[in-house]
Amino acid sequence: MSLKDVKHIALVLSGKGGVGKSSVTTQLALTLSLHGYSVGVLDVDLTGPSIPRFFGVEKEKVRQAPGGWIPVPVHEQQTESQNGNGHAVGSGHGSLHCMSLGFLLANRGDAVVWRGPKKTAMVRQFLSDVHWGTLDYLLIDTPPGTSDEHISLVETLLKEATSEQMAGAVIVTTPQAISISDVKKEINFCRKTGVQILGVIENMAGFVCPNCSECTNVFSKGGGRVMAQEFEVPFLGSVPIDPMFIRLIEEGRRPVYPEGTVVDGQAIATNAESEELDTGLLVDKYTACSLHPLFDGMVKELITTIER
Amino acid sequence: MAPFMDPPPLTSVDTALTAHTTATPALVAPEPEHCPGPESNLAGKDDACAGCPNQAICASAPKGPDPDIPIITQRLAGIKHKILVLSGKGGVGKSTFSTLLAHAFASNSANTVGIMDTDICGPSIPKMMGVEAETIHVTSTGWEPVWVSDNLGVMSVQFMLPNRDDAVIWRGAKKNGLIKRFLMDVEWGSMDYLVVDTPPGTSDEHLSVNSYLKESGVDGAVLVTTPQEVALLDVRKEIDFCKKAGIRILGLVENMSGFVCPKCTHTSEIFRATTGGGRRLAQDMKIPFLGAVPLDSRIGMACDFGESFFDNFPDSPTCKALKEVVKNVGKEMGVKEEDVLGEE
Repeated sequence: MSLKDVKHIALVLSGKGGVGKSSVTTQLALTLSLHGYSVGVLDVDLTGPSIPRFFGVEKEKVRQAPGGWIPVPVHEQQTESQNGNGHAVGSGHGSLHCMSLGFLLANRGDAVVWRGPKKTAMVRQFLSDVHWGTLDYLLIDTPPGTSDEHISLVETLLKEATSEQMAGAVIVTTPQAISISDVKKEINFCRKTGVQILGVIENMAGFVCPNCSECTNVFSKGGGRVMAQEFEVPFLGSVPIDPMFIRLIEEGRRPVYPEGTVVDGQAIATNAESEELDTGLLVDKYTACSLHPLFDGMVKELITTIER
Repeated sequence: MAPFMDPPPLTSVDTALTAHTTATPALVAPEPEHCPGPESNLAGKDDACAGCPNQAICASAPKGPDPDIPIITQRLAGIKHKILVLSGKGGVGKSTFSTLLAHAFASNSANTVGIMDTDICGPSIPKMMGVEAETIHVTSTGWEPVWVSDNLGVMSVQFMLPNRDDAVIWRGAKKNGLIKRFLMDVEWGSMDYLVVDTPPGTSDEHLSVNSYLKESGVDGAVLVTTPQEVALLDVRKEIDFCKKAGIRILGLVENMSGFVCPKCTHTSEIFRATTGGGRRLAQDMKIPFLGAVPLDSRIGMACDFGESFFDNFPDSPTCKALKEVVKNVGKEMGVKEEDVLGEE
């Protein structure tokens, strides 16, 4: 059984599309990896697989082994490395692998037009026919909604994974009421299916204009916290929109910020050595992102909840 | 008026939520992996059917075209223009755009407009139109759409839920059944425009809407995207789907294209177009580019409160961009410009 050596399985759910499930899954995976854990990411969004692009491994192909597929490596385990002057140049991190239907498509533009039963079969295969090996955390990125993929995911996990392995679900939303409406349905889905809710993350909460530093609430404000209180689930935090993170994912460029940028009380250091800006692993470049300290805090809280 | 076929059996709203569709055979077990579909010609005969408890039922069920399709075609005969709003990617603004498009068409009081919300798991249209608390009124001729104003009607699964926050945890087959009910049982009457809002992806809902509406004809699909490649990746797949399914593409709209800071009016690109954005994609795929609509935080607020952004903020640059897009949609459909929008 391919899930037997996975310590903790966490789902990333929303209900609403476009709130940043894949972004949050990516950042949680990178942050867990930076804490030294071995992480796997499973992308069950079959019609819109985004995870390969987020990790910058879109062109990779999945290798086959007897008994199943081998997940695509994003980076291997590494202890903290230093250069000749004793400065840390590589962060220590655990291994990170991912699996997605995106790797199995012939062309990136090919549509995956499948009805429910075929999607159900694929999700089961992803859980049982992939050599996940020994992992501390398996994060599962889901598509929006509460349909075939979600039903078969929960059904298969209830059968194949033990209740100690099933850590629960992280719910992602944006602050506005339209998103909250759909996300409430997702919370009810979790309640009905017995999936524990680890917490709510409110994404896209504010955009800081790079010109004048005025923070505008482009997608309203505060809805996520209120909803978490109403449903009595933990509120993990609010994450603003950071164009530098998008630039990191889209172009692979290390985030840089204007002098004096302060996020959440911490001054963000800018790396002045431009030659090193764009080379290196995604996980190393992510440490320069302003969202990293926020996710670091949330991951610490999640680890405490899960490993209790 | 052409003679009407026997009206379809009136089912109550509650029964519709639990009944299977009448055209497909009544299955006694869930469909197996790689099921060809109970309605297909291979039903009961494919390799995947071996061992399935439904095999005998599927093999003996009558094959051939779905008898409900002519009923649907008759129901929709009074609708002049049908537009699908698709994306592939979630959260780009399909529902927002559908409501704005509908409000725009409805601003011309001579037009009667309807919106059909086929997003069963995440029905946003009623909230955006400010009619979330309404229920469906069943008459002798069918289900009445919920009227937002004199000339704008809405149909959505949200109206059927006993509790607003209830999750609709349905597999594909059941969702198809409800979409069929929306098309067969709703008394749309004679309408100028029907805007069909869809969920993200390329799955059951999209296949069903396409197959049920094929005979009655759809003017085309408007695709919505945001500028960044992560969104374009999914929209490419949707364009591939449209081409495979034979759906005419009216054009591509780029939403959330640039953000103007309300304090210093500096334009930022929140969702950077690293690969040329919607415009370049439209060029590459040889489809019309309908326009770019900038991000305005007031759109989100208007949607949350169920108000029309179009009517409340007519001077916003976003509104102006939207008007251009609507005019272009009208042009692609072959509608005269003065008939599309209300008096300026």
